[in-house]
Amino acid sequence: MHMETYPNLIPLVILAPALGATINLFLGHRLGERLSGLVGVIASLLAFIFSFLIVIYLNDPAVTTGTVIDPIALFEGWIRIGSDAGFHVDIPWQFRVDTITATMLMVVTGVGTLIHIYAIGYMHGDPRFGRFFAYLNMFLMFMLVLVTGNNFLVTFVGWEGVGLMSYLLIGFWWDKSAPVGWKNSNAARKAMIANRIGDFGIIMATILIFWTFGTLNYYQPGEVANPCYVLEHEHLISEEQAKKGECDLQAVEAYAAEHGTEAEGDLSEEGAYSAGHGGLTVEEMTNSKFLPGQLGVFGQLEVLMALEEGENIVWNMDAEGNPVVRDRMIEFGPYALDISAMLFLIIVFMVLGVSGKSAQIPLFVWLPDAMAGPTPVSALMHAATMVTAGVFLLVRSNVFLEYSAEGRLLVALIGAGTAFMAGFIALGQWDIKRVLAFSTVSQLGFMVAAVGVGAYVAALFHLATHAVFKALLFLGSGSVIHGVEHGHHHVHEHHGHHGHGEHEHEEKDAHGQTDVHGTDAITLHEEEFDPQDMRNMGGLRKRMPITFVTYLIGTFALSGLPIFAGFWSKDEILLDAWHHGLESVNVLDQLSGLIVFFTLLVAAGFTAFYMWRQIQMVFFGEPRSEAAAHAPESVPSMTIPLVALAFFSTFIGLINVPKGAPIFYPTFYKDYEFKHFLEASIPSVTQGETLIFNLGIAGLATLLAFGAIFFAHSIYGGRKAVVGEHGAEDGRDPLQMNPSTSQAFDVANRRLYWDDFYFSFVIRPYQRLADFFADVLDWRFLHDYFHDSVLKRGYDAIANLLANPLDIGLIDGVVNGVGRAVQFFSGRFRTVQTGYVRTYAVVLLLGVVAIVVLMLLPLIPTGS
Amino acid sequence: MEFAVPTEAFIVLSTILFVLGALGVLLRKNAILVFMSVELMLNASNLALVAFARQWGGLDGHLFVFFVMTVAAAEVAVGLALIVAIFRSKNSINIDDLHQMEG
Repeated sequence: MHMETYPNLIPLVILAPALGATINLFLGHRLGERLSGLVGVIASLLAFIFSFLIVIYLNDPAVTTGTVIDPIALFEGWIRIGSDAGFHVDIPWQFRVDTITATMLMVVTGVGTLIHIYAIGYMHGDPRFGRFFAYLNMFLMFMLVLVTGNNFLVTFVGWEGVGLMSYLLIGFWWDKSAPVGWKNSNAARKAMIANRIGDFGIIMATILIFWTFGTLNYYQPGEVANPCYVLEHEHLISEEQAKKGECDLQAVEAYAAEHGTEAEGDLSEEGAYSAGHGGLTVEEMTNSKFLPGQLGVFGQLEVLMALEEGENIVWNMDAEGNPVVRDRMIEFGPYALDISAMLFLIIVFMVLGVSGKSAQIPLFVWLPDAMAGPTPVSALMHAATMVTAGVFLLVRSNVFLEYSAEGRLLVALIGAGTAFMAGFIALGQWDIKRVLAFSTVSQLGFMVAAVGVGAYVAALFHLATHAVFKALLFLGSGSVIHGVEHGHHHVHEHHGHHGHGEHEHEEKDAHGQTDVHGTDAITLHEEEFDPQDMRNMGGLRKRMPITFVTYLIGTFALSGLPIFAGFWSKDEILLDAWHHGLESVNVLDQLSGLIVFFTLLVAAGFTAFYMWRQIQMVFFGEPRSEAAAHAPESVPSMTIPLVALAFFSTFIGLINVPKGAPIFYPTFYKDYEFKHFLEASIPSVTQGETLIFNLGIAGLATLLAFGAIFFAHSIYGGRKAVVGEHGAEDGRDPLQMNPSTSQAFDVANRRLYWDDFYFSFVIRPYQRLADFFADVLDWRFLHDYFHDSVLKRGYDAIANLLANPLDIGLIDGVVNGVGRAVQFFSGRFRTVQTGYVRTYAVVLLLGVVAIVVLMLLPLIPTGS
Repeated sequence: MEFAVPTEAFIVLSTILFVLGALGVLLRKNAILVFMSVELMLNASNLALVAFARQWGGLDGHLFVFFVMTVAAAEVAVGLALIVAIFRSKNSINIDDLHQMEG
């Protein structure tokens, strides 16, 4: 069905949400809520459909490689510096369509569409409804640019774009009255700033990559990412050869010689050695036609790392066709770095960027505050998609990590540390969304740690499953919050608050039911009621059954109970970490593997514990406030996505059933379908082992999860969830009552003092510095002192100099002097006019005499 | 032609008369006397003209003398009129009294 043209749909995937955003931006308020929401959902749905087509294409067994798509000619030569003979900088706008991309596309557009549908119900009544959907679509567009880019710069465009949309969406309710509006916009700014610090890391990494490799492309057009996989798939080399990584033309020839197959025709023709599946020749499959310098970034790295110290290799052809040679060292003017040191530097910077975007230590502090945004935003960005951009980038750079053991160690430690720390903090939170936020940070730590131990497939798998069940949990929490708000409104309407009566209720209606989201302290009807505080909830399973059941499923998935999605993905990470720790060659890898394994095990225990705590507090027991007692179930446009996500949370784990898993394998599912899907794009999968399901590890993890749940139940179960009868006013956690745990609980509640630390050591000094610059330097010194003493006085002095000595003294002096001179001389000359006639007569006579003498002078004979 | 009295004698006489007249103009205070000195100068030049006319035999000199005389007469008329006018305002014909236009 001409499926090979499906990848050309990629520009459409991005164009659909762009169009939806444009329509909603300009026509949003005229379209009204229904149409606006419909436009948004349809745009997202279109993107999903196109992504699905691409996945179908890539799932075809005949398709073993990804493709690079050059979009329309308008983007030809996006950044191109240099002459036609040879570009110094050539960064084209290209899309990369391979299995990693396809995975991310499905996650982003699939979960995105469901959340768009949910948002129609959630944002009902908001005056800026159209704008919200425009922002959601714009976010989707940027995220899709991020995952489909073929080079680091296109990815960075998407990276920055989602950072911007994060700012706009978190601060969406910036126009609420103080202090709520300020809280929202502060959270937005915090997100932007933390992201920006990460962006610095990414930019540095990009620059270093460009300097090292001369290009930013992941893969050049026609380059194959994983030749071993393709060759083995076409039976051109043996499995052992593939495992060892010998996947070039010599290996093919050796294999052919071994098996006595003759080459039918030239190697460069289709059909040599095999029936030419996918239209690739052997040369194309082994990237033989490329000179090392013409490969993409990852190909170049493999070649460079294979060089010995000081060994030279023909790298590229320059403009005249002369070969260019290089060795392992990267030159920086007078300095040179070896490629492995350079690689580590690149990874360090990249990790900074990842920790900004994917909320790891040390830049995770923006994510809990980002819960100030509307719940669909929290679900979409801060659970499923935007925060996974960092993990995606690391998976994309799997070749970088494969060649740097120190880099891997760094990544693994950061991931494991974050997972543990965030899990601990989540134990002490009161806000329903904050618990989920820290849970997200913790799970992202899982993913990053997985990447750190080389389990790229596990990381992506967990990314996908986590997106589904975390979005479910967030949407469920949104439903709960909505319900509690409705209940609160309901209660106060009935009680008819004195004097305020109709007026205030109408005002609240105009603002919509979405009036009070995202804050800890809101003033509503004179008392402070936080609909997000779990101490105000309780017993909601009877009032909101659908929400309860779906939330429960989400909790099971997150805790990693068997057959739910989280079990498979978490388990695979643990298995990979264990294997890595035991079987690795490098001691750093062994260390990281074991540390990661034990830390993640504990973090998983935390996860189950705080999730069950949350379930007990919110859904079981008796309602602790009037609002909770009257909370209604949410509208279908909100509950249907919940049900859909719950369904996926249950079953999506089965795409990557490990080999040897009881019951499921091999009866129902082949092993590691997802892994095989990704193998085409991740070379290390081919060189790695296929791990058998380890009952010990899986059993241990499951036991731990159940144990944590039982433990939580013993503390929070029944009616003991919160100590105190009046909700948030006097509610205290049972752990706070117990003297041996109350300190730990308080520390967790205060988020391990990270925010306080940053505030006192970073923000306050910065503010003081800024105040110093503004007040002292700028105003008092520059404007007052400098302006008055130097500028004003200087100017006055110069003006004075010009006015008095120069103008009056010199110029007037000259002009007046002329007059005085005339006067002086005329005074003298005037005396000639005596007035006496006789004087004149004498002069006359003398004159006559003079003339006569002069006339007669020539006549005097002088003697010839 | 040979003359009994040589022309030089007339010229010398004319010169002496002219110088006397010039001195008179310069040294005399009385305005009328100044005029008389001026007349003397004119007559001296007349004499010189006639002397040369006699020597060379032409009529040019004689003719020019007539012109000079006429001019002298006219000039005296005007000058005396001026003196009368000055006397009317200054009541004196001392030329040293006329120094109003001085610097």
